Amino acid sequence: MTVSQSACEDCAFHNVNSLKKLGIDTDNIDYVVALAGNPNTGKSTVFNALTGLRQHTGNWPGKTVVRAEGAYQYDEKRYKLIDLPGTYSLLSTSQDEEVARNFILFGKPDVTVIVADATRLERNLNLVLQILEITNKAVLCLNLMDEAKRNNIKIDQRALAKKLGVPVVETVARSQKGIPELLSTIADIATGKIVSKPRKVKNLNRQIEKSVNQLAREIEKKFPGIPNSRWVAFRLLEGDKRITEAVVNNELMELV
Amino acid sequence: MEKKDKNSIVDLASELRWKIGDNFHDKLTESLYTDASEIASQAIEMPGNERNYSLDRKIDRIVTSKRFGFPIMLGILALILWLTISGANVPSGLLFTLLIEITYPALKSLSESIGLIWWLDGLLIDGIYMAVAWVVSVMLPPMAIFFPLFTLLEDFGYLPRVAFNLDSLFRRAGAHGKQALTMSMGWGCNAAGVVATRIIDSPRERLIAIITNNFSLCNGRWPTQILIATIFIGSLVPSSFSGTVTSLSVIAIALLGVGFMFLTSWLLSRTVLKGEVSTFTLELPPYRPPRFWQTIYTSLIDRTLIVLWRAVLFAAPAGAVIWLVSNIHLGEITLANQLIEWINPFGLFLGLNGVILLAYIIAIPANEIIIPTILMLTVANLKLAGIGAGEGVMFELDSTLDTANILKAGGWTVLTGINLMLFSLLHNPCSTTIYTIYKETKSAKWTTVASILPVIMGFVVCFLVTQFWHLFA
Repeated sequence: MTVSQSACEDCAFHNVNSLKKLGIDTDNIDYVVALAGNPNTGKSTVFNALTGLRQHTGNWPGKTVVRAEGAYQYDEKRYKLIDLPGTYSLLSTSQDEEVARNFILFGKPDVTVIVADATRLERNLNLVLQILEITNKAVLCLNLMDEAKRNNIKIDQRALAKKLGVPVVETVARSQKGIPELLSTIADIATGKIVSKPRKVKNLNRQIEKSVNQLAREIEKKFPGIPNSRWVAFRLLEGDKRITEAVVNNELMELV
Repeated sequence: MEKKDKNSIVDLASELRWKIGDNFHDKLTESLYTDASEIASQAIEMPGNERNYSLDRKIDRIVTSKRFGFPIMLGILALILWLTISGANVPSGLLFTLLIEITYPALKSLSESIGLIWWLDGLLIDGIYMAVAWVVSVMLPPMAIFFPLFTLLEDFGYLPRVAFNLDSLFRRAGAHGKQALTMSMGWGCNAAGVVATRIIDSPRERLIAIITNNFSLCNGRWPTQILIATIFIGSLVPSSFSGTVTSLSVIAIALLGVGFMFLTSWLLSRTVLKGEVSTFTLELPPYRPPRFWQTIYTSLIDRTLIVLWRAVLFAAPAGAVIWLVSNIHLGEITLANQLIEWINPFGLFLGLNGVILLAYIIAIPANEIIIPTILMLTVANLKLAGIGAGEGVMFELDSTLDTANILKAGGWTVLTGINLMLFSLLHNPCSTTIYTIYKETKSAKWTTVASILPVIMGFVVCFLVTQFWHLFA
């Protein structure tokens, strides 16, 4: 799955042949894929590489404030791809973060692709960890691997995947490198071939840990089988109005 | 019963919130960072950190420095405008020849040969076709140069540095530092700038950014500024300097807009939108060499053609309206003349004229068709002999010199030109932007404020400039 295995991509039987870029034709969709990530990670470039659309990509935070949609077909299945606003976190009240946060939670995408900048991975992990609290069906796309190589940054992809508990794919989206691997990983998660058990935030302060667990237990009692009780607890402790509302009017039932 | 259960979760949450105290957010963020660095220490091997981004840092130290930051920003803006102004002339002329000197007469003779009724011929060819042809030849070349240049700068990663430089100014005006980004977006298109304000957390600061975005000279208004500056200001100096002087005067207007943005933000944050200034972190992304051809391609498709298409959609009906008001007679004179006569005193009082005001009313849907509308109405109003085929026809102009002659015949002076530039900066946003403001704020009150405030400012500024002009000239 590393970038260097490009022989695989040249192979005529490689899966990339079953990719059909559908542009904005999002009818009869089998799976919904959300694309999340920090600004300036090449998220929109990944989006364009998969859908064949040419959404403008800009090198500044806040470029994609509205969510863009596109589609592609892979192995006979049709995927809708939603490019969420690029954000550093999902914890604040700004509208772009709200859009991203609520889509991953309430939109229940079949797969969430988290695009991260390999040259600034540590800072990007902040968002990755938050997303992994919300959804089990995620893949980390380590983009800009060429820049990382140029800067002599070495990433132990397997250790990272093990630590995070989700698949990690290295890409250079600009030049389509790693896109075939990304496509097949997305497909495997969507079809349930890969089942992940993502890392949940550790190192919580003791009192917070206690409160979160207590609240999460209550939530699980009322909504048995809910996959992200801890995240809901985080948000309730933060005083998130939208989540509070969802608890009161039973909307969380739909997340189960 | 069930409802009560659900509320018990909410109750428990607020109870726990009291226990934790109000630093939950910070504590959680802290844990996330601890976690991230733990993972990073096991999976990432960074080389001795310092060297890697040393070039980026060196560039940043210069472009965000107190001494060079602003001059560099102005220099880049000036360069882009100069390239746009001097580069657009030739293709503009070619398009003019093609669409108006060649195609227009061909269409006229075609309509004559198939015996089209006179009013249909007038409405379609003299009204709609001419308006569209005008808009294309006036707007396409500058946009096709300005947008790709701006986009290259964007892809390179310069815009966050602009935000960084302007941050303290915005903060002093009681606004959010990220407003610098939405402001630069507005230089492309105000509607896009208004949408981009979503990156601002606080509703108060976001509202300020929305209301003041209109002070960013949008792409629909750049051509107006450039043309009027060329005619009235560039022509005041020897021709070898005129390009430079024209660019400088357009920059002056753009900067004046920024000044008004600060002033209005300051006024709003001191009066109706009082509140704390929020802090934020702005990442300065690494500089990346833009992929030249792809950037050119996407900016041509995404921006230039889309904006042009919108202009054409608005120009077509406006062309029809222009032809109609110039050809419907009320007794002796046309409707257009009647209207212009009515509002002329008010226009002159402001240092503008009736034609300009009527043009702004007709062109409310789109700023970009102001100049064609003004020219056409001027001709219709003056009944200039020998220009165009009749009333309401957008005539043939070979050069800016012809445009200048018509405007001067219409009683225009340098003062009128300056005031038009000022009024083009300070007036209501176009209909798309007004609609976008409403969608974003969901408030009729703030939409009205955002629409009316700039017009009032425009009237006041033009009036004052006129008074001073008469005092000293």
